[in-house]
Amino acid sequence: MIQTIAFYLFAIMVVLSAGLVITARNPVHSVLWLILAFFNAAGLMLLVGAEFIAMLLVIVYVGAVAVLFLFVVMMLDIDFSELRGGFVRYLPFGVAVALVLLCEIVIAGGAWEAGPVELAGRTALAPDPAAIPNIQALGTLLYTRYLFVFEGAGLVLLVAMIGAIVLTHRARGGVRQQNVRRQNIRRPQDATRNTNPPVGQGVEL
Amino acid sequence: MIGLQHYLTVSAILFVMGVLGIFINRKNVIIILMSIELILLGVNLNLVAFSAYLHDLVGQIFAMFVLTVAAGEAAIGLAILVIYFRGRGTIAVDDANRMKG
Repeated sequence: MIQTIAFYLFAIMVVLSAGLVITARNPVHSVLWLILAFFNAAGLMLLVGAEFIAMLLVIVYVGAVAVLFLFVVMMLDIDFSELRGGFVRYLPFGVAVALVLLCEIVIAGGAWEAGPVELAGRTALAPDPAAIPNIQALGTLLYTRYLFVFEGAGLVLLVAMIGAIVLTHRARGGVRQQNVRRQNIRRPQDATRNTNPPVGQGVEL
Repeated sequence: MIGLQHYLTVSAILFVMGVLGIFINRKNVIIILMSIELILLGVNLNLVAFSAYLHDLVGQIFAMFVLTVAAGEAAIGLAILVIYFRGRGTIAVDDANRMKG
């Protein structure tokens, strides 16, 4: 019973906040609604026992991606009212495409219900959660059979990080920087000179 | 009792809302990126629901990889957005024609 109530609560909240993400006037509000949607989706995943994915969703999406969005939205000085134009113009077309897509998904789901496709043999049976927790089972699978895919995922993140840095890095001119090579080849006799100025006269620099 | 069908419905609605968001916010690329995140969230929910339904952990493993790619995509997308804004002073993408494609 409590599960049913929790499911409907999370489901309604995630759908509502998704709707507000795409219709909010202020992008900052959109990001905040997106965070709420992620939290509720994490709740939905918790309900089916996917604890690790749920926590990952909170950590990665809410902790990193949503904050990145918020940072960019607030950093760029954008006139958002100008970007709102065309909302009404695109709405009928968008709703039509969305309805077609939804109908197709429903039909596909119905077809799957009517005649179940022969599923290939399951390859990684989930163990009893009381004996082996979800995180341990996932880790065992991830570090054995999916090790190379896992390392590939790490590589994807590395490339994304380097790409983001290269794209946004800006070499600014007119900034004094340390030049280690010039410092090393400089000798005392090039840099200094001895003078013997007479009394009453200064040193010409 | 909550079954697979309920989860599939929620994830389908999320997916379709993401697609709708791309269409109705054609100019604002930040909202488009957020809509893509919504689409990927729907896909993840689908994967996790099937994983629980079939008692097969592979779905959760793949949900993790989808999450990884989504994070990388958000980082690259926002970096491109920042340099686009730096160059043009606006983020309206419906008249982006710099590459004459």
